[in-house]
Amino acid sequence: MMNAFLAPVQQWLGPVFPLLWTLLKIVLILVPLMLSVAYLTFWERKILGWMHVRIGPNRVGPWGLLQPIADGLKLFFKEVILPKVADRKLYFVGPVLAIAPALAMWAVIPFSDGWVLANIDAGVLYLLAIGSIGVYGIIIAGWASNSKYAFLGAMRSSAQMISYEVAMGLALISVLMVSSSLNLSAIVHGQAHGYFAAQGMGFLSWNWLPLLPVFAVYLISGVAELNRAPFDVVEGESEIVAGHMVEYSGMSFAMFFLAEYANMILVAAMVSVFFLGGWLSPVGFLPDGFFWLAVKISAVLFFFLWIRATFPRYRYDQIMRLGWKVFVPLTLVWILVVGVWMMSPLTIWK
Amino acid sequence: MEFTTFLFYLFAAVMLFSALRVITARNPVHAVLFLVLAFFNAAGLWLLLQAEFLAIALIMVYVGAVMVLFLFVVMMLDINIERLRHGFWEHLPLGATIGAIMVVEMATVLTGKYFGLSNFPAHVLPVGESNTKALARILFTDYVYPFELASVILLVAIIAAVMLTLRQRKDTKGMRPSDQVAVKRSDRLRIVAMASESESPATDSKGGAPL
Repeated sequence: MMNAFLAPVQQWLGPVFPLLWTLLKIVLILVPLMLSVAYLTFWERKILGWMHVRIGPNRVGPWGLLQPIADGLKLFFKEVILPKVADRKLYFVGPVLAIAPALAMWAVIPFSDGWVLANIDAGVLYLLAIGSIGVYGIIIAGWASNSKYAFLGAMRSSAQMISYEVAMGLALISVLMVSSSLNLSAIVHGQAHGYFAAQGMGFLSWNWLPLLPVFAVYLISGVAELNRAPFDVVEGESEIVAGHMVEYSGMSFAMFFLAEYANMILVAAMVSVFFLGGWLSPVGFLPDGFFWLAVKISAVLFFFLWIRATFPRYRYDQIMRLGWKVFVPLTLVWILVVGVWMMSPLTIWK
Repeated sequence: MEFTTFLFYLFAAVMLFSALRVITARNPVHAVLFLVLAFFNAAGLWLLLQAEFLAIALIMVYVGAVMVLFLFVVMMLDINIERLRHGFWEHLPLGATIGAIMVVEMATVLTGKYFGLSNFPAHVLPVGESNTKALARILFTDYVYPFELASVILLVAIIAAVMLTLRQRKDTKGMRPSDQVAVKRSDRLRIVAMASESESPATDSKGGAPL
C-alpha cells in the first residue's frame, strides 16, 4: 500500500529520492524524540516532587504542562558565555560531540516490526561504537573550559564511562549468544518464541528471565554510563558544582541537557530491545506493536527517576569497585553459563 | 560519479588533512583530536570496502577507548611547545629517512601486481552473509589455534603490565568492602535505657520570655 503510494513520487524525484526519503524518516524519529526529551524533564521533576512529598512544577499552563516550553525558551534567549581563557573552537565542539552520538544511535533502534531507519546486520556493534564516542563531548568540554571543576568532572567521567562500557559490552555478549545475531530486529524476533510464548505468556520468554544477572548488570551499567544518580560523581553538585558543564550557559548548556535526556531514552530503548522483548506483546491475546515498546521504555525511564530519588551518591572508589570487581566477573561467568546451557540438552534456544 | 566514489574522496581528503594537522598542530590536545578524526575517516574508508566489522572495531577500540586514555594523558602533561620545536632541524635527517622507508614499503604493497599479490584473490562473500559472520567463521574454524594463542599472549601481557606497575606499599590506607558490608547495627549503635527527663516549664534559665 505504502509502496503504491510512493512509486510516483519516487519516479518524479529520481536519484534524489533516497536522500529525501531518509531525511524525512530522520525527522520523523527526531521530532518525537525531542518532544519526549522535553516532557521527560517535566515528568522527572513531577515524579521527584511527588517522591519528596512536594507538588512539582504546576504554574505554566494547565497542570504545568507548558513548563518544558518555558524552560526551552528561557535557555534559548540566555546569553552564550565564552570564558576568556577557554579554547575558543573546542569549547563549542564539546556540546555538539555530546549530542551527535546520542541522536545518531537512534538509526538502528527498531520501533516495531520493520520500522527501523537502518536495518543493518552489525546493529549492536554500531551501538557500541557510536556509544563509545559520546565521552569525547564531555572530555573536550571539560578541557576546553580551562576550569578546574570542569576538568575534574571530565576526568571522572572518562574513567567511569570506559569502565562501565566494558561491563555493558560483556553483558551484551550473552544476548548475542542466545539470539545468534547482531541485528536488533532479529534479537527481538528471537525473543518471540519459546515454551512460555507458546503458552501465551510471552513476557516469560524474553531475555530478562534466562539472563537475569546480565539484565541487572546491563541496567545498572546503563545508569552509570548515563552519569546519573546514584553514579553522578561526574556532575556531583555538592562536590564539583556541575562538572564538565559548569562554564556553559544558554543553548550550549541546553545541548548537554538534551544529550543527557536523549541518552536516557536511548538506554531505556536498548534495555527494552535487548532484554524486554522490544515491540512484542507480553501476553498472547494482545497484538504486538510500537505501543508495547513505548510502555517498556517508559517503565525503564521511571526506574531511572525512581533510583535518583531513592539512593545516595556512590563514592568514586565504590563505583570503580562495582564496575571492575563485581560486574565484569559476573558477566564473564554468565557467558560461560549460557555457553554450557546452549550446548547442553536442556537448551531453551533452538 | 557514484555516491560511494564521492564518499571515498571525502573520507580520504578529510583523513589526509587531519593526518597532516596531527603533526603540524601547535597544541598537542588538538593534535590528538585530529588523530581521532583520522581514525574515524579510516573507519569510513573500511566501511566502503565492506569490511564493516574492522571499521566498527577500529572506532570501538581506538576511538572509543585507546584515544580517550591517550587524550587524558596528553591533557595532564605540561608540554612546553617551544622546547618541543627546538631540535627540529637536528632530527630532520633521521625522521626523513624513516619516512622514506615507510613510503617505499607502502608503495611495494600497493603496486602488488609486480610481486604476485594477485595470486591471492579477494575473498568473495556469499550473497546475504554479513562480513562479521564470515570473519567469525574463519577465525573460529581455520584459524582457531592462532586466535587462541594471540589471546593467551595478550592475557600474559595484561598480567605483566599489572605486575610491573603494582607497588605494594605498607602505608597505604584502604578499606575492606566486605567488612563494611558485614557491619551490624550492634557494632555501631548502642541503645541506652534511661529515665525520661521532664523539662522545667517554658522559661529559659535566665527567667526570660517563654521559648
